[in-house]
Amino acid sequence: MTPRQKRLTWIVLGVTLVAAAVGLVLFALKNNVSLYFTPTQVFNKEAPQGRNFRIGGLVEEGSVKRQTDGLTVHFNITDTGQKMPVVYKGILPDLFKEGKGVVALGKIEADGVFRAEEVLAKHDENYMPPEAIDAINKAEAAKASSGSASSAEYPVAK
Amino acid sequence: MRLAINWFKYSAPTTFYGLAGKLIPFFAWPAAILFALGLYIGFFVAPTDAVQSEAYRIMFIHVPASILSMFIYLIMAGYAALGLIFKTRLSSMMASALAPTGALFAFISLWTGALWGKPMWGAWWVWDARLTSELILLFLYLGFIALQASIEDPRRADRASALLAIVGSVNVPIIYYSVQWWNTLHQGSSIKFSGTSMHVAMQQSMFTVLVACWLYVIAVVLARVRSIILERESNTQWVKELAETKQ
Repeated sequence: MTPRQKRLTWIVLGVTLVAAAVGLVLFALKNNVSLYFTPTQVFNKEAPQGRNFRIGGLVEEGSVKRQTDGLTVHFNITDTGQKMPVVYKGILPDLFKEGKGVVALGKIEADGVFRAEEVLAKHDENYMPPEAIDAINKAEAAKASSGSASSAEYPVAK
Repeated sequence: MRLAINWFKYSAPTTFYGLAGKLIPFFAWPAAILFALGLYIGFFVAPTDAVQSEAYRIMFIHVPASILSMFIYLIMAGYAALGLIFKTRLSSMMASALAPTGALFAFISLWTGALWGKPMWGAWWVWDARLTSELILLFLYLGFIALQASIEDPRRADRASALLAIVGSVNVPIIYYSVQWWNTLHQGSSIKFSGTSMHVAMQQSMFTVLVACWLYVIAVVLARVRSIILERESNTQWVKELAETKQ
């Protein structure tokens, strides 16, 4: 082997090893790297017990209820499999909406309700003007009323 | 039949210096024009977003900056590897010329992201996988620059910083796939190989700014590599004979 090929081999070998090592570490730390747990994970007791963690999912449709003080909000976070009741006192971000993504930081109280200290809205990757959303919603409504059982693969902003 | 052009001729700093000087305006002017065009489409033609209203327009800067911060790193690591394997002086100089621009784009990406995150998510910063790995990318750029600056002998500096650049390139796929591999607050990619989930005028603006940024990178890196050539070869005869170095 020429010195050139030798150096190339060393570099390829080195990068492969480093990539493999980093890959293994990240795989082992999978739960620590993820920002939040899903409600299903929480019910399977994969989330930490008795201390703060983040839970993420969709705000369940029709579950948002405001208390009379105007600040305290009750809602459910769902991953369509399981749902977790959440209570939060504070100002919600603008993007917080029913049916949209949300990530809350807090812990589960004795009554089984997740008491959130911080609520963040999670935006999806869809960018479109209001008219396009209207059109999609109309098309879906038309499809639903014509009796077809098929629906959109994922919910688009409503 | 072989092409008569000897490509290796241009890998010599002596010839590349002149070539780079001639090429710069061909990249700089289109970059300026496309920037203006892309931002015009972004701010005046693209419609308001249904959910985020006007704040989403930050993405016309944020997305191109983020894409380039990752691409530039790979190119920089590629040049560093070439320099390490073939011992070509110009490759290492290109790597060091790319680093500050890459760091700039990584910074712009994080900064505009924070500006968008506060009104949309409700937080300037979250330690999710996407944001954290992009921050590491910025630190890798800064580390590359600092390592090179801290070693007096340019050839040893090239070798040390090349190793850092090559090892650090493992981070780039992590940034790109972070939103798929882990639960993150950062949304998934709107532009995928399978298509986009974005309005047409928004795409046009973003792609135009992306091309403008590419051209800007080429122009500014060529200009920077010319300075590096002059600096490193300052004791050679050809530099002393250059018109611009004569007093």
